Parts: sequence; C-alpha cells; structure tokens
Amino acid sequence: MNLNRDGDTLMTLMGTTGIDFPGGTVDFIPEMKFIYGSDKERIPCYRVLDDNGQPIADHNFVQVSEEVAVKMYTDMVTLRSMDTIFYEAQRQGRISFYVTAIGEEAINVASAAALAMDDVVFPQYREAGVLLWRGFTLQEFANQLFSNKYDNGKGRQMPAHYGSNKHNYVTIASTIATQISHAVGAAYSLKMDKKDACAVTYFGDGGSSEGDFHAALNFAAVMEAPVIFICRNNGWAISTPISDQFRSDGVVVKGQAYGVRSIRVDGNDALAIFSAVQAARKMAVTEDRPILIEALTYRVGHHSTSDDSTKYRPANEIEWWRVARDPVARFRKWIENNGWWNDRAESELINNLRQRLLHTIQVAESVEKPPLADAFSDVYDIPPSNLREQEQWLKEIVKEQPQEYPANISV
Amino acid sequence: MDYGFCDLLVLVCLIEDPGSKMWGVVRHKSIRPAFSTIRHFSSAAKEINVREALNSALDEEMSADPKVFLMGEEVGEYQGAYKISKGLLEKYGPERVLDTPITEAGFAGIGVGAAYYGLRPVVEFMTFNFSMQAIDHIINSAAKSNYMSAGQISVPIVFRGPNGAAAGVGAQHSQCYASWYASCPGLKVLTPYSSEDARGLLKAAIRDPDPVVFLENELLYGESFPVSAEALDSSFCLPIGKAKIEREGKDVTITAYSKMVGYALKAAETLAKEGISAEVINLRSIRPLDRATINTSVRKTNRLVTVEEGFPQHGVGAEICTSVIEESFGYLDAPVERIAGADVPMPYAANLERMAVPQIEDIVRAAKRACHRSVPLAAAA
Ligand SMILES: Cc1ncc(C[n+]2csc(CCOP(=O)(O)OP(=O)(O)O)c2C)c(N)n1
Repeated sequence: MNLNRDGDTLMTLMGTTGIDFPGGTVDFIPEMKFIYGSDKERIPCYRVLDDNGQPIADHNFVQVSEEVAVKMYTDMVTLRSMDTIFYEAQRQGRISFYVTAIGEEAINVASAAALAMDDVVFPQYREAGVLLWRGFTLQEFANQLFSNKYDNGKGRQMPAHYGSNKHNYVTIASTIATQISHAVGAAYSLKMDKKDACAVTYFGDGGSSEGDFHAALNFAAVMEAPVIFICRNNGWAISTPISDQFRSDGVVVKGQAYGVRSIRVDGNDALAIFSAVQAARKMAVTEDRPILIEALTYRVGHHSTSDDSTKYRPANEIEWWRVARDPVARFRKWIENNGWWNDRAESELINNLRQRLLHTIQVAESVEKPPLADAFSDVYDIPPSNLREQEQWLKEIVKEQPQEYPANISV
Repeated sequence: MDYGFCDLLVLVCLIEDPGSKMWGVVRHKSIRPAFSTIRHFSSAAKEINVREALNSALDEEMSADPKVFLMGEEVGEYQGAYKISKGLLEKYGPERVLDTPITEAGFAGIGVGAAYYGLRPVVEFMTFNFSMQAIDHIINSAAKSNYMSAGQISVPIVFRGPNGAAAGVGAQHSQCYASWYASCPGLKVLTPYSSEDARGLLKAAIRDPDPVVFLENELLYGESFPVSAEALDSSFCLPIGKAKIEREGKDVTITAYSKMVGYALKAAETLAKEGISAEVINLRSIRPLDRATINTSVRKTNRLVTVEEGFPQHGVGAEICTSVIEESFGYLDAPVERIAGADVPMPYAANLERMAVPQIEDIVRAAKRACHRSVPLAAAA
C-alpha cells in the first residue's frame, strides 16, 4: 500500500465503496443496519452417521481403519462401564465424588483417537475417555479415585481429577474454565519449541461463560497458537440450561467473533467428531492457528454424584437422549455394518469389563493410603525448616496418640 | 415486626417440609394463624440449623427491603448449591433471585454496579474458592470505591458463601479466605459460627452500607443450635466488629472463628476436666477485629491460643498475636500459641486431609502447653 497519503491515495483509502481498515476493506452501505444478536438461521451441524449408524449421503469424512474403529468402540463401552461401576462405588460411600461422561462418550474417545499422543490435553472433568484412550489403566483410574499410595496424584486431588504427565494429560482443576487459557499458553510454548503438536482443551457450555474462555480465544487468535478448543455443549451446567447461560447461537459463533476458525459438530456421532478433530489438528499444527469445535450433545447423567437432575429437567428429555441419541449404540451399528463387530464380541467385552472393574476397586481399596510424608512434599523443592519441624511433630504425635489418627497411614 | 416473625416461622416450616410447590399459595392463608398460637408456647429455646438461620435472615431482609436481591450460580431454580436460598425464588420471583451464567467476575462486577446505583445485592459464591475469579471486583471495585470517591459512592453489597475446608473436596475447594479479605481496608469480614451468629450477622451485613464478605462453613449448615426468641425476631441484628465470649474462663484465652469455635468449645470441656478453665472467644468479625475483647480476656487469663483453619502465615492468628503483643505484652505469662491449618494446599486423601486441619486435640495440647502443663511434644525437632 502506498503510504504517501496525498489526495489520490486518501480517496482510494476512504473511497466511496469502502474503507481500508486494519484487517481488510470494510464496505460502506447507506442503510442503517444493526446486526442481530442471533440469526434465525442457526449455524448447521456437521454429521456423518444418522441416528441408526448409517452414513448420510454425500458425507465426507476421514477414513478410520478397522483397528482404530474397534478400539474406539471398546473404549467407549469401557468408559460407560467404568462410569456405571465407579458411580455405584460412590453411591455405596466408598469414594466421595464421581462424575460420569454418559452420553458424551463419542466426544471423549473419538476426539482422543484423532489426536497424536504428543498433543497436550487440558481437560475439564468429563473427559476421562481421553485418558483411557491414551492408555491410563482401569487400575490407575481406581487408584486415583480411592486416593491410595499408588495414585500418581499422591492422594491430593478430588476423585475424578486425574492427571498424568506420561499421557500428556494435565491434572484437572476444579475451577471451571481455567484450563482454557492454560491451553493457549501451552500451545504458544509448543509453537516456540517448533513441536509437531498442539494443545487441546475441553470445556462445557457453562465453562464458556467464564472470562477465561474469552481471553483464551482472543489470545489464541492474536498469538496464532496451535490449540483446539473443544466445547461439549451438553445443554446443562448443573441445573443451568443453556438458555440461561447465553443468548448467542451456542458457542461456535463466538469463535468467529474472535477470528478463530470454528465448526459445529454432532457430538454423538463418533465419526464426525473424529473427522473434525483430525482436520482441526492438521490446521492447528501446520498453520499455527486455533480452532474451535462446538460439539452438540447432552449430559445424560446427573451433573455429579452431588446432584439429582430429575429435580430440574424432564425425565423424558433425559430418556430421549439416552436411548434415541446414544452415541455408543450408533457407532456400534456402523462397525457392525462394516463387519468389524458382532454380538459375540460384544458379550465378551461386557462380561469381561464388569469383572475387571470390580477387581480394580477391590485392589484399590485394599492398598494403603499415601504416607504421611506426602502431606508435606511438592510445595518446596527443599522443604524449609518449619515444615520439616511440623512433619517431625506430626510423626511423633501420631506415634504417641495412635488412637487419634487413622490406622492406615504409614508414618 | 410481628409480621416478620411469623414469616420466619413459616419459613422454618417450609424448610422442614420440602413438599409441593403449593406453598407459595397456601402459605399466607392457612399457616399464619397457626403460628401465632405456637408463639405463646415457645418460651423454651428453639433449635434451628445454620442453613435455616441463613435462609430466614435472607428472607426477612428481602421482605423488609425491596432493594435487596440475591444473585449467583444456581441460587434460584436449584435453590442454591447448599439450599441456602430455598423457597426464595418462589417467594420473590426471578427479578430478585437471579440465576447467573458461570461468570464469577461477571456477577460480582454487576453486583457492584447495582450497589453503586442503590440496590443491595447479596452475591452468592458456590464456594469462596471461586471468588478468586472475582476478587478484583471485591477488592478494587467494592472495597475501595467509597474511599476513592471521597465518600460519594457507597457499595452496600454482601458477598457470601461457604468458605474453608469442607470434607473430601481437595485443594481448590477447601481454602479459608478470612485473612485474605480481612487484610483489605474497605471490607468487613464476618464469620458466623452458630445459628444466632448466622441470623444476626447476615442481617447486619445486608443492612450495612459497605461491602461485607460473609464467610460461611459448609460443614456447619446442617448443625443445629438453640436460638432465643429474641434472635428469631425479624428485628434481630448483631453488631459488626464485636466478638462473643462463648464460654468464660480464667486460665487461658482461646480465640476462634467459624467451625473452629465448636472445636475450641469442645477443647475447653476437655481442659475443664483437667482443671484448666479456658475462655473461648468467638471472633464473629475478622474485620473489624474486636481487639478490646481479646485484650481484656488475655489480661485476665494471661495466656492465649489462637485457632484458625486457614494457613498459618500472615493469618488471623498472626494478627491477633500482634495485637496482644502491642497492647498486653506485659500480661502474658506464656508464649502465644497458634493453631492453624498445615502450610500446604489441602490434600484430598482423607487421612492426609485430617492432618492438614486443626483437631480438638491440637487445641487441648496447645492450651496445656500455654499453661505449662505438658512438655512440648517435639523436644528433639
Ligand atoms: C470457577 C468455578 N465456578 C463454579 C464452579 C462450580 N461448578 C462446577 S461444575 C459447574 C458447571 C459446569 O458446567 P459446564 O461447563 O457446562 O460443564 P458440564 O458439567 O455440563 O460438563 C459449576 C458451576 C466451579 N467448579 N468453578
């Protein structure tokens, strides 16, 4: 552009048709026209499989091999069994808290399947399936839930707040949405290090109301950070329906507002999720850009074990999503049609799973709790004298007054 | 006044009977006369739990002043994460009981703005741990505006919710913020223990012209306490900045707030059996701090144990200790003992969690040490 602003150039700059403004030319129009807050026409939703697991005509999706598809399916089923059995364990008072991902298995597992292991995951709390896909064992899940000495979080975090360095899965924070901005920071650092990887963060529709979400999208766009934002829009944030959460056309339109390439996907269609995430990853990593994916889904379970959702939403709504829109059943039909799965494989998987899960609980429960010293480590590299003193005191008190302290601590 | 009183009893009944949505209709017609009868018989102290106390205080203040409104995550339809706002949406409608999106910085800031323009918001945080998302508005917007505007803008807002350790909810749900907020000029910080505290202090907070941080405790919500007829009256209110001597004693002063008051009282019982008479001060207000009551007590007992659940460094105990050193140093017969949470983020595992928060035994031991009744435990440490 000619920066010599003589009369002529200025005329082109401020021409009758438009103004060349940072970001591109903005057209002039004579009508006074307000942009509506939300269009009547909503952003469409990308889907590959219909409710019966049949590919929709003219679909375009990334091919999935038999091996990957079967692992996706078994992980989705495993996640559901895990949720059922661990949820029961909480109801029996054996652990204090649990959250299920029932109804959101496709988002969990199919997104994980489309990522590379080096991609760093910043989860909310309803994405245990990502960790499962990456190889975290059922016993490791159980150890965390029972906070025993083999819990790799040393018994410090609430149940279901998993974290594993080995699996590039950042320890879950209870504070909603803080992970979203952390993911952008991490993505920036991956970019600086020229890594062939991106950061991926998951959050709910509720999480998108926090300032962190907005700061994260804006920064990601400005910093050109390779990060994928995956919003699980499941209709509810505890008892708050999305109509009380925002009045925009969901979350996908916010990406556009921040200049972030975005797509809305059927969250209960594993193939659509897989395809969208894989395409997103490619753009993020090769073009250094953020991508927002809004997955439309439904939280079929209660918010957590502290909640009874029938108090605030109709049972038939839950039932419809549970049965008619079940992502696991839909994907099963597809792999069955491909000849990759059958009833025998199914019953083997299910029987086996229940036994294995009950066993992990028994094991996790019988293992000793973390040692007393674990209460004091990991705040300081070298513990200062006052902390060492406190620890010493505590050990002596526990020895002196064992009746005052739980029996299962190793001092 | 009579009006409010009846209202309260109706509400208590409402809490005990989580029955149908019919309440809103039936309430005024059939229930009220029944209660005027009961009132004659209720000279004996009635018991209500802290949840009921908070709920009734909110209800009475909302009914007394149309400018008072409640705002926060899940306060309406869900009636609060801990059911503190039970029945209020039905009674006052969605304009005065507002369910918000999950944006703490949003509703704290919007609350402050509403308070600038004459409303009296009560903002509920699901827990004070999440108030960290909004602390800029609490400190920079709410606490400082009156001063910065040379008294032209007052900010009559209450930030309330559970604070400190509950049970089994880990580091990010378990922190005590009393000393954080109490270090900031412009804020008042209240910490109720009993049902009487909860009623009297919440009403005081709502009526106060300045921002008040009101720190409740989840584990106390279900605990019942006897409440006098006076405390049940809708005119009841407690002074901000005044501590309460919960138990008189002469050998050692124990200061505590919130849940720790109960622990201190239990410790005092144990100590009494061993011939030590402990005076237990329920601080009630962390800012302003009732230095006079604390110092008067220490001048009598000559010994002090401070108890808090928060972290020790720069804590409430440290402030109390300084006050006593400054004003009553010559009266002390023993070093001040400070009991506080361990200097680590709260662990989740139940065994570690128990060791990270003060126990009754810790208070007993510290009091005995102060009275020279036992050798310090860690002679070799
Ligand atoms: C900062 C913060 N505020 C409030 C909460 C309490 N809280 C926990 S989960 C939740 C709802 C989140 O809903 P959403 O993001 O939609 O996720 P979903 O549970 O539907 O998967 C809320 C409000 C919290 N943990 N952190």
